[in-house]
Amino acid sequence: MPSLDCKKLLSGKFISRRNKEKLIESFFLINGVIVIVILAGIFILLVKNALPAFKEVNFAHFFTAPIWNPDAYEQPTYGILPMLASSLMVTLGSLVVAVPLGVGTAAYLSDVASPRVREIAKPAVEVLAGIPSVVVGFLGIVLLGPVLARLTGTYGGLTALNGSVLLAVMALPTIISLSEDALSAVPRSYEEASLALGASRWQTVIKVKIPAAASGILAACMLGMGRAIGETMTVLMATGNSAEFPRGFLGSVKTMTSTIAIELGEVAYYTTHFHMLFAVGLLLFLITFVINLVSDIVFHKHTQVQG
Amino acid sequence: MKIRYSRIVEFFGFMSLRVCMVVVGMILVVIFYDIITKGIGIVSWEFLTQPPADGMTKGGIFPAIVGTFFVTIITALLSVPLGMGCAIYLNEYARDNGLTRFIRMSIRNLSGVPSIVYGLFGVSLFVEMLHFGTSILAAGCTLGLMTLPLTITASEEALKTVPRSYREGALALGATKWQSIWSNVLPYAVPGMLTGTILGLSRAAGETAPILFTGAAFFLPDIPNSILSQFMALPYHLYIMSTQHHNITLVRPIAYGTALVLVVMIFAMNLAAVILRYHLRKKGISHGH
Repeated sequence: MPSLDCKKLLSGKFISRRNKEKLIESFFLINGVIVIVILAGIFILLVKNALPAFKEVNFAHFFTAPIWNPDAYEQPTYGILPMLASSLMVTLGSLVVAVPLGVGTAAYLSDVASPRVREIAKPAVEVLAGIPSVVVGFLGIVLLGPVLARLTGTYGGLTALNGSVLLAVMALPTIISLSEDALSAVPRSYEEASLALGASRWQTVIKVKIPAAASGILAACMLGMGRAIGETMTVLMATGNSAEFPRGFLGSVKTMTSTIAIELGEVAYYTTHFHMLFAVGLLLFLITFVINLVSDIVFHKHTQVQG
Repeated sequence: MKIRYSRIVEFFGFMSLRVCMVVVGMILVVIFYDIITKGIGIVSWEFLTQPPADGMTKGGIFPAIVGTFFVTIITALLSVPLGMGCAIYLNEYARDNGLTRFIRMSIRNLSGVPSIVYGLFGVSLFVEMLHFGTSILAAGCTLGLMTLPLTITASEEALKTVPRSYREGALALGATKWQSIWSNVLPYAVPGMLTGTILGLSRAAGETAPILFTGAAFFLPDIPNSILSQFMALPYHLYIMSTQHHNITLVRPIAYGTALVLVVMIFAMNLAAVILRYHLRKKGISHGH
């Protein structure tokens, strides 16, 4: 370890040492700023590639036309509504499954489970998070599809319902681990006060701990929702991809992510259709951006309350 | 009477929480049981070392394994240095100011960007603007940017575990800030950084959406000979074999085998990370005392 001595100081090396430090700090600063550049870059490139689409297609048409049919023989239509409705439908469907299941599991892990069970269960949740979405989608086709087909009488079982269940599986790890963090962060004194006042353990969990962790749990569910709405492979493989306006959970749907995944491979580059797919991507980016931002604000409110 | 009623509520309440946990556990068990029992029969030495044959109805998945391996290396080359650098900035240099909060907000938002949007970004930046074409390089760079938030978060966690006193000790002896980071922080943080990084890479290795249009190919009998060639990848191969092949029921066993190999590969990477952390930590402690 080099030591600071007077000779070096006098010979001016100290200054160069300081400059070197400045240089190193700037290097890491650039490293940090790159993250902002990447986020901005994604946004700018999406906008740049999406804008040419609106030279040919009316902006209002994009948001109000009820049909997406780029290959129409006479007049192609680019209405986002069917796929937007599909995306929202499968996402909300997945939350109906994933939120109660995820929050329930989180409450179990934080308030019921013995330390030994927790030691097994927590890595298991991480393992679930590590399963690639293409594998989950594959199981949607070969495992869940036939079961749903038998139960609901739909052919093949590739429906919005199938997609919702798979998305729930994808969103569960996020919801469980973040909700559990929020529940564990509730000060012990709250729990003790509640028990001391004669509340049962169950009343304490339901009426004290979950309300105290509510904003953290809400943030967790929103992040899970962001994950679900942006998921591609599972819905692409399991929902059947019918481009019509969604009819219900037993019908086939084509989400925004699936549309991009299917059509970008078939389209000629720099056509209106190509730019339209970037417009869909841009909208998807903005939706997830807002979801993340809101969950961020909710979460910070949560930490402030804790503090 | 009232007490008994609340006891019943309590019993069923906690029971329902247990049921939630059991359901989540069952999901995991069913996934693994199905893939292992139906995939194990097809996996053999030939399956792992041969290219697909007879219109992809026979043969193995060797080019897909190699392709995924190459892409993951590119991903690591981009994501690891950048991620570690950013984490060092955030944990060691950054002050609590607007810029730092903005960087943190960007990281959280980047981690929420859908993978297919990374795919679009990869097409417009790497494939088109930088003229990488559809290639290992373009796909690897796309995945590298996608895993960046994970690498940063994991690296920062690792840096946080190094006690303040280690830094202060070096600074008190007259070391500069960088010298204290280099000699007294990084040696203890690197094991944790590597672990987090490997976990991030395992996530990247299983991704399909970002590589759909940036370089993954349906079928290539040979191993790619340059980073500018297209490649086969395990997740993409599974997608093809389960939805795009002309005879899906015939190739179902191959799809199961591919799924099994993919899942095993990812968990082998995770396991390697855990073992690595264990060993390096043991070494770190004996070195530290």
